[in-house]
Amino acid sequence: MVQEKLNLILLTGRTIEQGVGKESGKSTDLYFQSTTMVYMDETDMNKLSLKNNDHVILSTDEGSVVLRAVKHPRGAMPGLVYIPYGPWANAICSTKTTSIGMPSFKGTPVEVKPALDQPILTLKELLRKEFGR
Amino acid sequence: MSIIKSVTCPVCGCLCDDIELTIADGAVAQVKNGCAMCEAKFFSHNNEHRLTTPLIRKDGKLVPISYDEAIQKSAKILANANYPILYGWSSTDCEAQRIGVALAEEVGGVLDNTAVVCHGPSILGVQDVGIPTCTLGQVRHRADLIIYWGCDPWSAHPRHLERYTSFTDGRFEDSEWKSYLNKVKAAAGRKKLRSLERKGVLKERHPHIAPIVGDNKPPEILNKKGRKLIVVDVRKSMTAEMADYFLQVEYGKDYELIQAVRALVRDQELDVEKVAGVPVEYLQQLTDAMTSCEFGVIFFGMGLTQSAGKFRNIDVAISLIRDLNMRTKFAILPMRGHFNVTGANTVFTWQSGYPYGVDFSMGYPRYNPGETTVVDILMREESDAGLVIASDPVSNFPRRAVEHLVKNPLIVIDPHMNATSLVGDIIFPSSIVGIEKEGTAYRMDHVPLPLKKVVDPPAGLLSDEEILTRILNEVQKIKLKKLEVA
Repeated sequence: MVQEKLNLILLTGRTIEQGVGKESGKSTDLYFQSTTMVYMDETDMNKLSLKNNDHVILSTDEGSVVLRAVKHPRGAMPGLVYIPYGPWANAICSTKTTSIGMPSFKGTPVEVKPALDQPILTLKELLRKEFGR
Repeated sequence: MSIIKSVTCPVCGCLCDDIELTIADGAVAQVKNGCAMCEAKFFSHNNEHRLTTPLIRKDGKLVPISYDEAIQKSAKILANANYPILYGWSSTDCEAQRIGVALAEEVGGVLDNTAVVCHGPSILGVQDVGIPTCTLGQVRHRADLIIYWGCDPWSAHPRHLERYTSFTDGRFEDSEWKSYLNKVKAAAGRKKLRSLERKGVLKERHPHIAPIVGDNKPPEILNKKGRKLIVVDVRKSMTAEMADYFLQVEYGKDYELIQAVRALVRDQELDVEKVAGVPVEYLQQLTDAMTSCEFGVIFFGMGLTQSAGKFRNIDVAISLIRDLNMRTKFAILPMRGHFNVTGANTVFTWQSGYPYGVDFSMGYPRYNPGETTVVDILMREESDAGLVIASDPVSNFPRRAVEHLVKNPLIVIDPHMNATSLVGDIIFPSSIVGIEKEGTAYRMDHVPLPLKKVVDPPAGLLSDEEILTRILNEVQKIKLKKLEVA
């Protein structure tokens, strides 16, 4: 059955494309493409009736961000979404440091909804929206 | 055209020192032996994203300014601040980090490095229980069981397997490269068959089924001769696909999984069927592989330090190694990210006594993670100025923490335009350490290696070390003047 939204767990981490992007330059297209995507499990994508590269909006207590949903290419990870590190992932990451200095980059509860007609902000647009610069 | 051999790569904690560069017309023309990130970094020294002149924010826009003026303005900001943050340090050399400690002490600020959002919890775990460890050379020559726990070296440290673990020929252990190639060939064959089925050339035999968790019984291969590679992760990463066995743990349950393995290592029985989504029977096989090896190593990454439990996960993982050392020989190593984050911890420790989150505001170094760490200070909105060097917190900190960083004067030192330099107030371009400046960096196993200068920096560009030294001198002058006036 197609659902309107899903409550999942957000993980952020590294991918090789993000790594090459960050070394080439944070304004490169490669960095943008590799950090504005979210890996989802195939069954979760089916529940929301999503196709590869459909836009989704992810919301947490910290805010929301529009990203491109991509099917996780290996194995199963139901209930989890994975965004490569970058300003887009951090727009919604939890700041809770549990009193040891480390924010919770893995494990923030997140609500995922399809957002087919909403655009993904560029780095400059995102910074202007968040910090007014 | 010239060829420079044995260059150290300034990208990740592997610090591969076998890179061969071809230099033509003062620029890097070819990179040999490196990974994709290494190539991207060496070619980035003359790309269009390079900063070429100092910039200052005027009426909301960044406009060019001279080094002298930028240094004077920065020194003024730092000298007049009550509680400045000096953050970053992991992508520069130890020489610049040393000046950084002196500057932080002079301005009474907080000195923190990227370990705080990376392996900070590992350091806390080590401070709790110590660490039985070794250098990567030992792993390369002797280890017959490699376990990657909560890390994906294929993506973050691409040559780690090839240089230090499974795919390298050591003195006493052989490379597993050939058996991996056979696996890849078999997988490619299956893929081709499926593609032919989809196109209708072959009759449909395997309907597509979405993969499921837990379909991962430890194969006979755990009894195989030679090096074994095991990956423990919450998702099937690229490294997991290469492994002899991939064990999928439920999110946030690494702690209980490690505790269960500890119980099994001590020959205790578990009266449950599953732990963290893994059948106990599988865990028993994993434990057997661990206790029967000659020399095993666990490498761990952000999967442990950033998930629920954080430093407690590390604490228990190190305790597991202690237990295993009663049965066989085992070691554990963190997979450090930036090429010189280990150096930052080391330099800070021998200068101030503490590895990160060092607060000089009382006139002497104080360390209390959770209080003197940069994200907490930003969340409490306590800092009143910031200096960011060789890192990009605007990309890598949670948004709400960045909001306070941006509200106050922000000085940025970096070779490239990144998210932090886009929102900063004073931006210094610097030469790239390891490409345009020589220096020292510490590999993830605490082995210091020299970085080479292979090309000249763009005309007029100063190094991190020079910029920091000049800011420090200027701050000292301002402070002296203040004393004279008083």
